[in-house]
Amino acid sequence: MKSTFPRSLQTAFIILVVVGFVMLALGGYFGSITNWFGQITVGSQTWISSRFLAISDFFTAPRDMASLRQRNIELEADVARLQTQIIDLQQQVTQTEILSALVDFARTNPENTYKAAAVIGRDPSPFLRYVIINVGSNEGIVRGMPVVTQQGLVGRVEAVVSEAARVQLITDQISAVNIRLKNSKTEAILNGSITGDLSLGMISHDVKVEPNDVILTSGLGGDYPPNILIGQVVSVSNREYELFQTASVQPIVDFSRVEFVLIIINFQPVDITPLLPTPNP
Amino acid sequence: MGSEIARKHPALPFLNEKIRIMSIFLALPVLGIALMIQTGIISWINLLSGGADLIMAILVTWSLQDRVKTSWYWAVTAGLMVGYVSGLPWYIPLAGYLLVVGAGRLMHRRVWQAPLLATFVVIFIGTFGMHLLTFGYLILTGSSFQFGDVISLIVLPSTLLNWLLVIPVYYLIKDLANWVYPLEVNI
Repeated sequence: MKSTFPRSLQTAFIILVVVGFVMLALGGYFGSITNWFGQITVGSQTWISSRFLAISDFFTAPRDMASLRQRNIELEADVARLQTQIIDLQQQVTQTEILSALVDFARTNPENTYKAAAVIGRDPSPFLRYVIINVGSNEGIVRGMPVVTQQGLVGRVEAVVSEAARVQLITDQISAVNIRLKNSKTEAILNGSITGDLSLGMISHDVKVEPNDVILTSGLGGDYPPNILIGQVVSVSNREYELFQTASVQPIVDFSRVEFVLIIINFQPVDITPLLPTPNP
Repeated sequence: MGSEIARKHPALPFLNEKIRIMSIFLALPVLGIALMIQTGIISWINLLSGGADLIMAILVTWSLQDRVKTSWYWAVTAGLMVGYVSGLPWYIPLAGYLLVVGAGRLMHRRVWQAPLLATFVVIFIGTFGMHLLTFGYLILTGSSFQFGDVISLIVLPSTLLNWLLVIPVYYLIKDLANWVYPLEVNI
């Protein structure tokens, strides 16, 4: 039976219908239908896929156990490596924070020129309170240079070799620092001790010294620059039968945890030895 | 008998001399590493104001080993090394370590059947000797502190720490001595 429509007309009609559907779809008229259709198809696909994977896992899991164990070992090794990296990075962060504080200190005290150094050791003898730092004469360090942290005074360079230096802490039992008490505007001498405790001496009885008085270097004697913070008075001993008052001092620097220090390299200590009187024969 | 062995094995004296020289030069790396550990780690670990002395522990245990004949060289090397690093003058650690090795060699002849006990005794003598030398030097150079404080705050805590430290060191040094001086073989 022959069609009543010519073939070209059928084609044009089909194209017209298709274009019409496309235009309606692009115009958003089929939105709800396509959503509904999409939900059904995607849901069905998900269900089929999950069941297929479950069945597939059931059959392939025993075969993959060895590879999973291997993978687990690799991941555990990765975790251990990453934990090591975390510890390293935490250490670097701590060091960076300390160095940052030292840089801030150097910026706020522009009158001095500083050289940073790491503390790499301590004197083997328990009688002495010296630390060893990792810069020496190659970096311009010379004997007598004061050493500080961002908190306060640490000590001074006592011996130097090319790549290292030995620093005498102010807690050493032969250390003596000329200081001034900020509140009472008086001067005294800060002495170290065998236990590492600090004490003040040579304070006249008529000077009123109180706990919490702040202690700074006085600059007398030429060993240290003035106005470097040292600590504060903890307690005062004022006995009438003694020539001077004494006071115990809490240093601001924790000497058991000093990791980095700053050396004041533009300070030249004054040698007053020629000025000291010599006994006549 | 000895001459017969020497005649049969003419290389034996040279071998013994080689071991002796190696033992002397071994002091440099062993004591160098020990000094780095001492200044970098052990000196920061304190009991009251006392501290352990790894170098002394090594010297004591080395001097108490049976076949070791080079402990005096080790004492001199250790004394000069510590004297270079420390704020003390070089002759104080040198004299102290020679005293320690002397006590060790003497003790080795007397109580050779109880090496660990001898080690503890020599560590005790050595710690007291070394600290008394240091104390004497500091007093002569003008420092002032109480002898009782030195004993209670430095010497006794240091002795205790040295006793604790010397136990692992004893076994390490014993292994080292066995490596350097292999057991004699019947020829």
